[in-house]
Amino acid sequence: MGQYAGLLLDSIVSGVLVGGFYAAMAVGISIAFGMLGISNIAHPALILLGSFIAYVLNSQFGWDPILVGVLATVPFYFLGTLLYTAYEFAFERRGTQLIRGLAFFFGLLFITEVGLQLIFGVDYRLVEAAYIGPSYNIGPVSLPVRMLIPFLASVLLLIGLQIFFARTFTGRAIMAVAQDKFALQLMGAAPVRIKRIAFGLSTATAAMAGAFLIILQPVEPSMGRDYIGRIFAICVLGGIGSLPGTFIAAVIVGVAESITATFYGPSWSPAIAFGFLLIALVVRPAGLFGRA
Amino acid sequence: MSNGRFILLACLVGVALVVASLFVTNEYYVFAAYFVLQYVVLATAWNILGGYVGYVNFGTTAFLAIGLYSAAALNKWLDLPIPVLIPIAGVLCGAVGLAMGYLTIRLRGVYFTIATLALSVVVQTFITNWDYVGGSRGIYIMRPTDVPVFGSYVAYLFFLMTVLAVAAVVIARVIERSTFGFGLAAIRDDETAAAASGVPVLRLKLVAAAISGALMGMAGAPLPFYLTYVEPTSSFSLAYTVNSVAMPLVGGTTSWLGPVIGAVLLGTMQQAMTVLISSSVNLLVVGVLLVIFVIAAPNGILGLIRSLGGKKVDPETNPLAAMLMTEKRSSQ
Repeated sequence: MGQYAGLLLDSIVSGVLVGGFYAAMAVGISIAFGMLGISNIAHPALILLGSFIAYVLNSQFGWDPILVGVLATVPFYFLGTLLYTAYEFAFERRGTQLIRGLAFFFGLLFITEVGLQLIFGVDYRLVEAAYIGPSYNIGPVSLPVRMLIPFLASVLLLIGLQIFFARTFTGRAIMAVAQDKFALQLMGAAPVRIKRIAFGLSTATAAMAGAFLIILQPVEPSMGRDYIGRIFAICVLGGIGSLPGTFIAAVIVGVAESITATFYGPSWSPAIAFGFLLIALVVRPAGLFGRA
Repeated sequence: MSNGRFILLACLVGVALVVASLFVTNEYYVFAAYFVLQYVVLATAWNILGGYVGYVNFGTTAFLAIGLYSAAALNKWLDLPIPVLIPIAGVLCGAVGLAMGYLTIRLRGVYFTIATLALSVVVQTFITNWDYVGGSRGIYIMRPTDVPVFGSYVAYLFFLMTVLAVAAVVIARVIERSTFGFGLAAIRDDETAAAASGVPVLRLKLVAAAISGALMGMAGAPLPFYLTYVEPTSSFSLAYTVNSVAMPLVGGTTSWLGPVIGAVLLGTMQQAMTVLISSSVNLLVVGVLLVIFVIAAPNGILGLIRSLGGKKVDPETNPLAAMLMTEKRSSQ
């Protein structure tokens, strides 16, 4: 019984650590989908792009993957603004059907995935760093440093974003544009410019999340599809546009998956997030902390 | 053209295809043609829900795999022949489609799409853990040795897929020209207004979802015999979903002809590129074409044709057609 309790505690702690990482992955969708109403299902592919950039710079020049993740946020931000400019021109300006916006990002996801496959092949790639390998042990609980560091960095990322959204004019304008963009115009801010900044921020988080992903586990190009639903599940479960909700939902999903993997086998854990997603969508579309 | 004549014409085309396959000496062409026809079925099925009703289903792989694995399991268990397996897969996937249709009560727009993605992963998880069909190790399918009428088994499979393709196209065309189809179009344009006008919205959506799912499942049933080895990763390949979305969008979503055009063009192109270049490059091209068409030609090839044939082109909704029209005028 003591052994069982120890195992349970260990899996819960692991779940929390993974949950932090999931939050870093999901925050980009929380911004793009929750605040802007843009269903960017290409986000996981951009995360993998971030992973492979970290891989290249780590294997070629020995750079620390988190450092690469931080530095990559700048070019990713501008990539995001470019994507939004194209999206706004092609879809939002015309008020076209949902299907085409979805297909646009779906196509981008596919192009990115296949592009990475052509360049890197389908083998798994990983990075090397001093903190990958060691772990601290506290009783029955082990804390792998390679999970702890991404967790802490994710928390910092979300806190930083929350402060930005709560305390700055631009951040508040982004929150406002989600509610009523015409009212925002009356307040003197340009909705398109605000949205472009927000989408750039959303994409920038993919660089960080990509670095975290490759620290946690080896990656290959088609992994993105496994995370699409998981990320949207967390976003919806946490409440559209709520960053604290995203974090809490991510931890819930992480713990649930970890316990499932520990006691029933890892091959069952993908169904957990999607089970949560379907239940959340049907029972409470506004999510745990939704503003609807 | 009336439905009766259309059915006759479609059957004639089907017969011509089957007869042609009997005279082809290189079996690969029949193999490739099967691939193209499979996507005619998948694209047409997708379009019944995605194009006619406006609900975007990204869970093609769930239905295809349910059809595929139910056929594999029943073949292993009862050794049933394919003509029996196909309708069984259709019934199973029709039921799943019906259940998916009920999601539309609460979920609209992107939420429905996300739910279909979730469905796809849940189904994949169950199949990965289903030891009877080999789980993640996969399962080998033995083809029967005797093929009475056809010279080869691939030709037999091609015949079956031709029948399915003809049936799918006929179903789509009949739907399109019926009051049922008009109801679907009303839902696509404005669901709330349609409901207010007396259209039985939920019932129509359920029927469309069931038909869509059933056709996808039937397309999946012969697949284990075509591939002879199936396992979860390739059975749930994203390529199936991308293709079944890209083909209607490239060809045009508002007519039965759009998915057919898209499937034939993209399917043939993919087979050619797989042989001449590589399988990854062909997938990359599909993704690029999807993005280009969805931006520049929102109504697909059919939309382009209609625009060029007409007098007026709105640059806002169809910039590529407007560009072509301008060039056309300046060349006269």
